[in-house]
Amino acid sequence: MKISMKVNGVDYENDIEPRTLLVQYLRETLDLTGTNIGCDTSQCGACTIHVNGEAVKSCTMLAVQADGATITTIEGLANDGELHPVQKAFCENHGLQCGYCTPGMIMASVDMLKNNPNPTEEEIRHGLEGNFCRCTGYHNIVKSVKAAAVSMKGGA
Amino acid sequence: MYAAEFDYVRASSIEEAISLKAENDDSSLLAGGHSLIPAMKLRLSTPQKLIDISGLDQLKKISKNGSHISIGSLCTHKQCAESEIIQSNCPALSDAASVIGDPHVRTKGTIGGALAHSDPQADYPGATLALNATFVAKGPSGERTIEVDDYFIGLWETALGEGELLTEIRIAINSMNANSCYVKFPQPASRYPYVGCGVSLSSNNGTCSDIRVGFSGVGEWAFRDSGVESTLKGQPLNDSTIASAADKAAEGKTVLNDHFVSEEYRRAMSKVYAKRAMMQLS
Ligand SMILES: Cc1cc2nc3c(=O)[nH]c(=O)nc-3n(C[C@H](O)[C@H](O)[C@H](O)COP(=O)(O)OP(=O)(O)OC[C@H]3O[C@@H](n4cnc5c(N)ncnc54)[C@H](O)[C@@H]3O)c2cc1C
Ligand code: FES
Ligand code: FES
Repeated sequence: MKISMKVNGVDYENDIEPRTLLVQYLRETLDLTGTNIGCDTSQCGACTIHVNGEAVKSCTMLAVQADGATITTIEGLANDGELHPVQKAFCENHGLQCGYCTPGMIMASVDMLKNNPNPTEEEIRHGLEGNFCRCTGYHNIVKSVKAAAVSMKGGA
Repeated sequence: MYAAEFDYVRASSIEEAISLKAENDDSSLLAGGHSLIPAMKLRLSTPQKLIDISGLDQLKKISKNGSHISIGSLCTHKQCAESEIIQSNCPALSDAASVIGDPHVRTKGTIGGALAHSDPQADYPGATLALNATFVAKGPSGERTIEVDDYFIGLWETALGEGELLTEIRIAINSMNANSCYVKFPQPASRYPYVGCGVSLSSNNGTCSDIRVGFSGVGEWAFRDSGVESTLKGQPLNDSTIASAADKAAEGKTVLNDHFVSEEYRRAMSKVYAKRAMMQLS
């Protein structure tokens, strides 16, 4: 089946099997391996990306369902080599250890901050309920999101 | 590849979806995909054809329609959680929608998909039982309505016919539904409810004049709890009458038992959550 979509500003058109998951299409067809797969049960959030501006789990969507969509993955977040403020905040606040959950955490955090630019700690924890981290204990992830919220207040 | 092979087709109208379903024995409707796709990935479900109804915009509206609220079956959990119409007229439903899974699940999952799927561990069933909802189904032989009390009929089983599409959920606008809530004891990782309790309650001079209590997550399918209801109805609303009513929770019902939560613990938590819900409304 033919599909087309815009991923990180680039237009793509491919012929794929309907059973291809969106995450597989991104990783295996487009070679965008920044989006990870952490589970088979739609729970971990490692695969979180933005489809038409909203955070979704790309392992729980078929690529054919994203036909015509505009997609952003972790590879598309930086602007001309300049890291996104949320990416910077994760670096500066030790918001990752092994880094496996990080692309999903960052995509989820960017979406959360768009809807709620000044979240409380509790709101951050609730907002990241769909993203599991097996290393950090979440403490520095929450700290990173808080720091990003502060740094983005200048209108970044 | 995760899922078995299948054909995929997008329905451009409700009528087309119904006829595609009728023409294809082994087909499934695809709404938000957040129950169906996980099941297909594990090959617990292997439909030959997927009929994608997610583009049917006429099923994505929430509106006031005379004496009731009308919720299109393709409204997402997020829409239901954030709708001012739902929050002010039947808060049990927005309460339930707001605690489903996580934000990403709520962005994609739909109320119609959840009610058609009827997972024993789902949130809307308990809330819609409390709210005395009416479901509108369309199939090859036309449209019909199903009352919530007749809807949940077995494990993963609803009164929806094989070829029928759930199109709308209706909730009456009245003071009892406006005084409703849904509380939940979630599985800490998946967030599916071990116990979900919806209550709507009306009172007159401090006396409970009517009450509906719905449980999900507790039994093999969602049920109304007439034991709790009849114990509180007609009684003055206070801590002790509410405690006595809550004590009847799930009495005489078959209660689930799994390696996370035993039957005994689920029964105990049913009482706790029924009490919390009733206290919140009194
Ligand atoms: C990680 C995770 C956590 C979750 N946590 C919860 C939770 O805490 N509580 C909870 O209640 N749910 C939970 N869910 C399930 C979620 O709510 C689903 O969105 C919902 O159960 C199915 O809705 P859907 O729109 O995604 O339907 P789909 O997956 O598209 O469809 C589900 C089934 O319903 C049928 N169907 C869909 N729409 C219709 C229709 N209009 N008419 C007739 N048949 C139809 C489909 O053919 C299919 O058989 C969770 C899911 C995930 C992945
Ligand atoms: S890979 Fe785990 S939720 Fe998508
Ligand atoms: S940093 Fe290792 S899983 Fe989160």
